[in-house]
Amino acid sequence: MFRRLIAIAAGFVLAIVACWAYFAWVDRTTPMDPSIVRAGAQDFAEIERGRYLTAAADCAACHNGPGTSPLAGGRPVETPFGDILAPNITPDRETGIGAWSDADFDGAVRLGRRRDGGLLYPAMPFPYYAKMSRDDVHSIRAYLNTVAPARNKVAPNQLPFPFSIRASMHVWDALYFAPGAFEPEGAKSAAWNRGAYLVEGPGHCGACHTPKTFLGGDETSEALQGYAIQGWFAPDITNDEGRGLGGWSLEGIVSYLKTGHNRFAAATGPMAEEVALSSSRLTDADLNAIATYLKSQPGRTEAVATLSSADPAMIAGGAIYRDTCSGCHAGDGKGVPNLFPALADSSAVRSDDPASLIRVILRGARSVATPAEPTAPGMPAFGWQLNDEQLAAVVTYIRNSWGSSAPAVSPDDVRKTRAALAWRSD
Amino acid sequence: MTRKLPRKDVVIIGLGWTGSIMANELTDEGLDVVAIERGPWRDAAIDFPPNYDQDELRYRIRHELFLRPDQTTFTFRNNMSQTALPIRTWGAFMPPNGVGGGGVHWNAETWRFLPSDFVLKTHLTERYGAGFLPPDMTIQDWGVTYDEIEPYYDRFEYLCGTSGLAGNLNGQIQAGGNPFEGPRSRPYPNPPQAQPFSHTLFAKAARELGYKPFPQPSGNMSQAYKNPLGVRLGPCTYCGFCEWFGCGNNSKASPQTTILPVLVRKSNFLARDNCEVTRINTDRSGKRATGVTFVDTSGEEWEQPADLVILSAYTVFNVQLLLLSGIGKPYDPIANEGVIGRNFTHQTISDVTGFFDKAKFNFNPFIASGAIGMCIDEFNGDNFDHGPHGFVGGGYMGQVQTNGRPIETTPVPAGTPRWGAAWKSAVRDNYLSTVKPGTGVHGSFYSYRDIYLDLDPSYKDRLGRPLMRMTIDFHENELKQNAFLTDRFDEIIKAMGARETLKEYRKGPYDITKYQTTHLCGGAVMGAEPSVSAINRYLQSWDVSNLFVMGASAFPQNAGYNPTGTLAALAYWSADAIRTQYLRNPGPLVHV
Repeated sequence: MFRRLIAIAAGFVLAIVACWAYFAWVDRTTPMDPSIVRAGAQDFAEIERGRYLTAAADCAACHNGPGTSPLAGGRPVETPFGDILAPNITPDRETGIGAWSDADFDGAVRLGRRRDGGLLYPAMPFPYYAKMSRDDVHSIRAYLNTVAPARNKVAPNQLPFPFSIRASMHVWDALYFAPGAFEPEGAKSAAWNRGAYLVEGPGHCGACHTPKTFLGGDETSEALQGYAIQGWFAPDITNDEGRGLGGWSLEGIVSYLKTGHNRFAAATGPMAEEVALSSSRLTDADLNAIATYLKSQPGRTEAVATLSSADPAMIAGGAIYRDTCSGCHAGDGKGVPNLFPALADSSAVRSDDPASLIRVILRGARSVATPAEPTAPGMPAFGWQLNDEQLAAVVTYIRNSWGSSAPAVSPDDVRKTRAALAWRSD
Repeated sequence: MTRKLPRKDVVIIGLGWTGSIMANELTDEGLDVVAIERGPWRDAAIDFPPNYDQDELRYRIRHELFLRPDQTTFTFRNNMSQTALPIRTWGAFMPPNGVGGGGVHWNAETWRFLPSDFVLKTHLTERYGAGFLPPDMTIQDWGVTYDEIEPYYDRFEYLCGTSGLAGNLNGQIQAGGNPFEGPRSRPYPNPPQAQPFSHTLFAKAARELGYKPFPQPSGNMSQAYKNPLGVRLGPCTYCGFCEWFGCGNNSKASPQTTILPVLVRKSNFLARDNCEVTRINTDRSGKRATGVTFVDTSGEEWEQPADLVILSAYTVFNVQLLLLSGIGKPYDPIANEGVIGRNFTHQTISDVTGFFDKAKFNFNPFIASGAIGMCIDEFNGDNFDHGPHGFVGGGYMGQVQTNGRPIETTPVPAGTPRWGAAWKSAVRDNYLSTVKPGTGVHGSFYSYRDIYLDLDPSYKDRLGRPLMRMTIDFHENELKQNAFLTDRFDEIIKAMGARETLKEYRKGPYDITKYQTTHLCGGAVMGAEPSVSAINRYLQSWDVSNLFVMGASAFPQNAGYNPTGTLAALAYWSADAIRTQYLRNPGPLVHV
């Protein structure tokens, strides 16, 4: 891990030197005429619109800190390069954003520009938020002005050298940042366009679900096809039949986003947080729009071979499955709708990267509770009970049964995941 | 020094079934509720997950989910001439502990009592004459009727997703159900559980003998279920680890799997676990509760003021807290006065084990659930003419075998050596081909003048409080009842084709070391007269009108059924009275 970081760091410095002169700077200093004062910043409709967009943008996911005041910041946002602490975005004038102008705020949200002119790290998903309109951002600001100001000074930049050099973000921007608000596609339905806006804009789904380059930029050619993040694998959410949402109906996606549960899956880990703070608070029409857009995303075409049922790992895994898993997830892998996930129809199970599946078995997991689905059933931890070989066998079995096919998992994969999780709290 | 906490609308003592029901009902009413629980928080996925909850040694033998006698215990004696001694390990019953209470480790048998059970004294006197009852029997009417609490039975069954088959729908007798039950307003929310071989065979034999067998009403799910609160339960896996165990896969109704997920989301609900209430405080008049005092695990003492106090601990602790708090007049069996501690009862259980030809019968006894079983009700309550038999009361009986767990399931015929190679060989020969219902005969236990609870004069707990003293024995009426029922049960087991049977009658004296059930009842009973009851028909203390006492301590005598359905129905009934009557006009709901 350390060597890999050194290599990335070295490459990073080289990139700065080599590219500095060649890449045009993305102008993150586009002037916003401060004389334009929007009317109605205290208007109810404006604030309400802002509240809704704040939920859609899931600001709370990062900006709700460890303290009790909402949006007061301080939460470490984990990146492959180190932690960045989310700042205080309450209207406190000294430690929050109370003293910011609307233009300052818009610059931060849509251009990744700090109030002092410096550049934000893309832990703040401004490349997605750029798709929002200026009106949207003003509404969010209007809402944020109404939350209780909380005094909480946060020093966001906790990155090691050389990533701590903010100027390096000029290069990053040139490579990965395309400013510009969302433009609807005339040929598509209103729902599709609304969904595209929510997914690519405020929802910033790709921040977790799109594969990244070694510098942390989106691999746009593989948008929404899944990415390993924070010890989880955020699965493919394209319409891919095997690894993605191909088997889910529009209603199934809406139910999942609204309640955290449907007949296939239960939200846990970072997605549980997303459901609780964001998607469960959106309208059914918007969730339907998101589902419409996701279902339109083509999946990959390459097929994965199913492992032979005569494989020793499959035989051992099947026995372990019947003993330890089938009580809840059932012998046919179908589980119990909205209670115990259907492993037979799970993108998390079939993902190329089995990190989430291994993690959930090793450490257990708690699914999300929502007003519509308050049960929040839990998956017990089996890490103390199954050794690496046994766990690899049962994961391999689950990934290659009931019509699923995915690469086998080795005991070494489990050992590495176990080691990588050891320092993480749940 | 006692530190005082901010006032709450309601303080609930004990967060088991009735505490959870009351907390949910009263928070729905908008009240600010705190529940104080002596034991730990318990959560299915964390505290008894399916990868180790089927551990017979840990839970059954070593009593993990129960109160530790070190924390507090009781003293026991059979009669008033003896000196009671402390119970140092649990035997005849298992005092629950922790969030969910007995609801965590029950079998989930979810019965209703018979309509005649609620008017028992009146009914038996009318049918047989007052002289038919033993002179020292102190049974009485409940002050509430079956018809009044039927809607609340229904609410509990739909909360739990009870699996069963109605025998009486709005007065219409239904084939396959219990024809003796009181009329129910709608069917069970779930169909009955599937029945294993021996249970099915019992039903066949009973039917051939002219009885009407029916599936036991079960809080183990026959299928996935979403209850009216939106909480989901999964289908039972028939693992055979219910009673004494938590259910790790959400398929046994418990507060954890039916109410608590909703309750913990409410901003007007707070639970304090690992805190033991030591006293209900009253004002100088003694007529009004001001809240409770409790101690935390550091030994710090706290006062929680509240407008309304709900006492919802286990039977014996309800009575103990009333006595320690000086609420209500303590019962004196000699003067036959007072009410707190009066009409203490238990259950009259016996069993018949049937040994079958192993070449013909393989029962796979490990396929089971806590409330599985086929039962008959011909000999319960007053469903049969007691005139010729010279006793009153009765019980259901059935093949209700809940498990074939390895440590305790070692059935051997009479005459087998108690240990060694011959014993091992007999266990091996009989394990699969034996019917061992466990609580096969589930008889009533009526109340008597000399069976009661009071504070022990000698023994104290770690906080210096007197232990509760149980004075309890079987009377002739219960022993006759049991002999009659056990013989009838034996006839059915023989009719199943048993090669031989082992009849284990319940015999006196009452044995504190041998498990019967955890159904201790009475001691703070409900009724229409303050002279013979601690609480009125709404479970409201006659003496302190802002105190309501839940649970089986309210039962004036125990019927031939498991008590949970009835005590939960009474909790809903009481909550409804608080919501619709008491809160509008706080004060006594019944005037005499």
